[in-house]
Amino acid sequence: MIELKEVTKEYSKGIAALNGVSLKIEQGEFVFIVGDSGSGKSTLIRLLMRELEPTSGSIKVMGRNLVKMSHREIPYYRRKMGVVFQDFRLLKDRNVYENVAFALRVTETPTRVLKKKVPAALSLVGLAQKYKSYPKELSGGEQQRVAIARAIVNEPSILIADEPTGNLDPANSWEIMKLLEEANNRGTTVVVVTHNHEIVNTMKKRVITLNKGHIVSDVKKVGV
Amino acid sequence: MRISTIRYTVKQGLKNIAHNKMFSIASIATMAACIFLFGVFYSLMVNVTYIVEKAEEGVAIVIFFDKEATDDEVANIKTQLEKREDVLEVKYVDADAAWEEFSKDYFGENSDAQEGFSENPLVNSDNYEVYMRSIESQAEVVEFAEGLPGVRKVNKSDIVADALSNVNILLAYVSGAIILILLIVAIFLISNTVTMGITVRREEIAIMKYIGAKDSFVRAPFVLEGVLIGLIGASIPLVVLYFAYGKTVSYILTKFSILNNILDFLPTAEVYKTLLPVGLLLGVGIGFLGSFFTIKKHLRA
Repeated sequence: MIELKEVTKEYSKGIAALNGVSLKIEQGEFVFIVGDSGSGKSTLIRLLMRELEPTSGSIKVMGRNLVKMSHREIPYYRRKMGVVFQDFRLLKDRNVYENVAFALRVTETPTRVLKKKVPAALSLVGLAQKYKSYPKELSGGEQQRVAIARAIVNEPSILIADEPTGNLDPANSWEIMKLLEEANNRGTTVVVVTHNHEIVNTMKKRVITLNKGHIVSDVKKVGV
Repeated sequence: MRISTIRYTVKQGLKNIAHNKMFSIASIATMAACIFLFGVFYSLMVNVTYIVEKAEEGVAIVIFFDKEATDDEVANIKTQLEKREDVLEVKYVDADAAWEEFSKDYFGENSDAQEGFSENPLVNSDNYEVYMRSIESQAEVVEFAEGLPGVRKVNKSDIVADALSNVNILLAYVSGAIILILLIVAIFLISNTVTMGITVRREEIAIMKYIGAKDSFVRAPFVLEGVLIGLIGASIPLVVLYFAYGKTVSYILTKFSILNNILDFLPTAEVYKTLLPVGLLLGVGIGFLGSFFTIKKHLRA
């Protein structure tokens, strides 16, 4: 599903954010990526989203070579992945329903399909009742759930979450992780970047540890 | 494009304008000023051109025939000249008519003086007066006429021809330069307004791109905003000018009635036949280009 071969990313010459990273993530896997600030986690995410191009090496996602991907192809590629951010990134001037519908509008989904899919996604994250609320009327946990609904409404093959629990209290963090796990159970490949050791240790999933741009460990099912 | 997408684009485009109210108003005002000035210059130019053209029509070259020229040759000169696109009219003036006109102009009431001439002194002065569509083609027509069989001499008025074509050229250059400057200013302003809109909605654009929006989808509301600003900005001055033009013309004609014989203005409808579509197209075009290239630049970044 995701395959990196000898990927190096330098922002300025000689200083590598990622240095010769190779890894493989299979379809349906749930993977944590951990590491300190500056370890290259965010760079890895941005490479996977094709926001950046590697300085060298190759990246293949869903059978597509991201290095050779043209600017025109990027939107179609991103429609097959859902993204969740630490700061939720909801549109403040639109209500919950419109925020989720937005992901379908940009892909020019017909309105009749949208009317089915948005309530379904909101039910999955437990926010069906709050579809009329605006982001500022919701708690942090609820906002992140809206973001997850937006990420899964397109039924993506891959879900990438960049510090999804970074701004949340433990109870809400667990709610969010539960939703990501449910998505994984439905067949979506999930990649979560996190600092939260408690979650990583408790969930017993594959953990890839980055340090200064290198993979220092890749452990399947921590704690088993 | 789906209907729902069009509806979304229109809604967002209007929202952009409402969000940046002050900038939108400033852009519309500048666009209005540009199109207004364009309209004024255009009206001025077409009228001066019209007046110059009228004056040009009165400037003719005169072709005299060889003594031995046959009737066929004389007729052929007329046919050949009339075939040319730049020739408006070829008028035959026979010697007797020429003498009559000359003596009427010259002797006036003193017909006694005229009696001193027993026969027409202008015999062999049969000629063609050739009127051209545009004074610029005079030199070419003269050369052509001189090459025709049966032509003895061609008289032309270089000074008038040169002066008139110089006025035409100068006017075209000046209006062209002014209009060009105005267009650049307008494009710059629209671009600024759209940049403001993009800055305000930077986060939204980033989110759109993360979830797979095509550039065209992100671009559409901003381009629509530019086009609407252009359209509104062009419509206001065109309406104002429509009424102002008629009033100005009638004011000039009543205030300076002495000029009535010289000045002949084009009617409003005649001016607007071109000014209306060109003005609207300019407004929409500037709005489109200004916003299209600005958002394109920002999307690439």
